[in-house]
Amino acid sequence: MAEEGASGFQIHPMDQFIVKPLFGGDHIAWYTVTNVTLWMAIAVVAIAAMLMLGTRRRAIVPSRSQSVAELIYGFVYNMVEEVTGREGVKYFPYVLTLFLFILFSNLLGLLPAAFTTTSHIAVTIVLAMLVFLGVTILGFVKHGIGFLGMFWVSSAPLVIRPILAVIEVISYFVRPVSHSIRLAGNLMAGHAVIKVIAGFATLVVASPVVIGAVTALYGLELLVACVQAYVFTILTCVYLRDAVGDVHH
Amino acid sequence: MEGELAQMGKYIGAGLAAFGLGGAGIGVGNIAGNFLAGALRNPSAAAGQTATLFVGIAFAEALGIFSFLIALLLMFAV
Repeated sequence: MAEEGASGFQIHPMDQFIVKPLFGGDHIAWYTVTNVTLWMAIAVVAIAAMLMLGTRRRAIVPSRSQSVAELIYGFVYNMVEEVTGREGVKYFPYVLTLFLFILFSNLLGLLPAAFTTTSHIAVTIVLAMLVFLGVTILGFVKHGIGFLGMFWVSSAPLVIRPILAVIEVISYFVRPVSHSIRLAGNLMAGHAVIKVIAGFATLVVASPVVIGAVTALYGLELLVACVQAYVFTILTCVYLRDAVGDVHH
Repeated sequence: MEGELAQMGKYIGAGLAAFGLGGAGIGVGNIAGNFLAGALRNPSAAAGQTATLFVGIAFAEALGIFSFLIALLLMFAV
């Protein structure tokens, strides 16, 4: 955006989301190693390091790194058990993987000059579609054709049930869209806002205010990064409950 | 001229689409406010309902995010 620089006052808030090949060249094929690949790999390595190094000693009185790993593990485990019920605990490893990957991608993206992989819909739609397809297949495997009973709201009066069924079907298929765009949209918007505010620092009069504002926004973005990872995971649990629990509504 | 007019329409449309996010803001504020009102009346029940709170916020926010998506599509894809 903003190809024509009109004056000296220019802000390029969306430049940080450009995917670039790491080793030169302009062409991006499916196998090209880009900055997205790099930061995803860093996230995976960081997660593995946290869990493996943290729990290496397995002390009864946990060290600091061990208690971080245990806290996150216990937090997600309780969430799965609470939201999906005992039946859903089987799928806990998948939910923990999702949570850690999104959390670490969000937090690593907040480092200066880092690339936020989860700000791209192409990344988040894959995560959301895997949840959507997984839940749908699991529902049909568990309940057979009875899984479709989810769309037939038996507690409603008979007259409005067909209308409700249409609405339920639409809302079911909108799930992966809202699931993925929520995460990508929140992160993209947050990072773009920081860039826009930081761009005002070129006006010398405004710069002290800008420093304060960017610091405050950075704190807010830390919160958003954690909350969005939490929201994505808890929605995964809610969708899982539809598939593994009773088809009740 | 034609292209400029089209671009102007794009930007106006993107700006209008951003209005939708205000609705999401109202919705999220409504949920959080009502949660707080309920939580202050019965603090002991509040802790068990935070998951519901976040799910509600997420669903309310999703519809606002759709209008954000329309704005982005108008800016970059159309």
